Amino acid sequence: MSLIKVENLSKQFGNLTAVNNISFEVTEGTIFGFLGPNGAGKTTTINILCTLLAPTSGKTYIAGHDCLKEPSEVRKNIGIVFQDTTLDKDLTAYENLMFHACLYDVKRSVIKERINDALNFVGLFERKDDLVKKYSGGMKRRLEVARGMIHRPKVLFLDEPTLGLDPQTRAHLWEFIIELPKKHNVTVFMTTHYMEEAEVCNNIAIIDNGKIIAAGTPEELKKTVGGDVIYIRTSDNARAKNEIEKLFNLEVSEKDNELFLTALRGDACIPEIIKAVGETVLSVRLQRPTLNDAFLKMTGRQIREQNGSPEDTIKEAVRSYRRRHDRG
Amino acid sequence: MIEVNAVYVLIARDFKKFIREKGRLISTFARPLIWLFLVGGGMSRLVSPGMGLSYMQFIFPGILGMTILFSAIFSSISIIWDKEFGLMKAILVAPVSRLSIVVGKALSGTIISVIQAAVILMLFPFLGIKLSLLSAVSALAVSFLLAFSISALGIIIASFLESMESFSAIMNFIVMPMFFLSGAMYPVKNLPEILKLISKLNPLTYGIDALKHAIFPDAGIFDFPLPADLGILIISSAVFVIIAGIMFERKKTK
Repeated sequence: MSLIKVENLSKQFGNLTAVNNISFEVTEGTIFGFLGPNGAGKTTTINILCTLLAPTSGKTYIAGHDCLKEPSEVRKNIGIVFQDTTLDKDLTAYENLMFHACLYDVKRSVIKERINDALNFVGLFERKDDLVKKYSGGMKRRLEVARGMIHRPKVLFLDEPTLGLDPQTRAHLWEFIIELPKKHNVTVFMTTHYMEEAEVCNNIAIIDNGKIIAAGTPEELKKTVGGDVIYIRTSDNARAKNEIEKLFNLEVSEKDNELFLTALRGDACIPEIIKAVGETVLSVRLQRPTLNDAFLKMTGRQIREQNGSPEDTIKEAVRSYRRRHDRG
Repeated sequence: MIEVNAVYVLIARDFKKFIREKGRLISTFARPLIWLFLVGGGMSRLVSPGMGLSYMQFIFPGILGMTILFSAIFSSISIIWDKEFGLMKAILVAPVSRLSIVVGKALSGTIISVIQAAVILMLFPFLGIKLSLLSAVSALAVSFLLAFSISALGIIIASFLESMESFSAIMNFIVMPMFFLSGAMYPVKNLPEILKLISKLNPLTYGIDALKHAIFPDAGIFDFPLPADLGILIISSAVFVIIAGIMFERKKTK
């Protein structure tokens, strides 16, 4: 069953088309990754789905409810972790969760249990009575995930959940996120521009300049690159090149004194290559395609390359600074 | 539609923060005391308003009004912080009507303002004012109406602004003129026509006039009859809340 359904959605801000006629569906109980560079239209799409923004045209449904016509039904069914921190830093973690539980009209009889469960889930129970302003960036994010889950939503939106966090905290946060669908029966919709993080998703849509340019499972997307790349270093490259080309009927290229070829199932090819070139082999390595390679193939540029202005770069720097430090 | 839970929790949050911020607590009481005793005390030697009142006594209802004005505006303007730091976004995606958010915010500003006004009102013995229980209760009732109206007005102002940078502009161009053109420090009826007109558009004028009715029922220092004051406060409260609700709803299509 599709919990999120987007049909021909477009959003224009004046002359700028932020989202251009996109359609997709997200199946219940899955993690859906919405990938793309900064300014591709990810946050605009989230804002429309969570009823903060009205679309220019197109339809969006969450759990069967129209986001524009039944905002209050939609709001009951969603939890959101925004890109920027949205906690009250002058309240404690417990008070922040209590505030939200009351806003979402969680029953009095289960409120305490829910809050304690959520705090335990994100490992912040011991620090529940600390003011949020004393929290680190990673703790704030985790608290926000806990807050997004407190009313047991059907869909949880995570907008760049790991932006501005250090690698260790990032890995820690992913552990929670991966467990969400199973443990809490929630469908996750996340955006990111860190391609490697999207590997955990069941399904992915890649958006660029407001348009979805590819969709599928991570495996499917990576296949579009054309397979694995095998790098071989030998003591006699010319002979080895000849042998391998004969063996697979494939073109082998050479770069920096290293041979390389693309094969659909690289791991299976390696034994045959070693057999063919024999004792001259010095090293063999296999590189599996990444989602980054897929994006590169489809758009001709790296996802991290900022196609935006220097202003965007500064904005992001400020954002991640804010997340790590005092604000919010 | 108004969700009681949401209104309650918005009030509870502001109240908790109000008690927690000691600095703010002290400064909110310092301002009226300075105006009352330093400005009022000094001016008492210069002017005599007649009607058997000293100048310090005369401005007492005005100082109560000022306490409410500043406190209510501050409380509503905190919405701008919430917008800047994101919490407002989290509130707006909750299944809560926009009217509930506005009413919750307006009521929290109201309650905090009335508490402060009540503390200032207790100073009456030091000013040589005799206050009956009825007077005190009616002064608090008027304070409640006035605080609600000003809080709702503050929410409308806050809904236009995205950052705290405009804060001093609000103070200089809205709050201070509202204070001076309200009859708090001098009677409105002696002002030039144009200023008199502005003061008649100022809800604080009617709030302070009603406070004069409550505190000095026999002095005859009022500008308007009490029912007119109360009527205007009630109507302005309702109008401001509705406008603020519309302003919040409108955000969506931006």
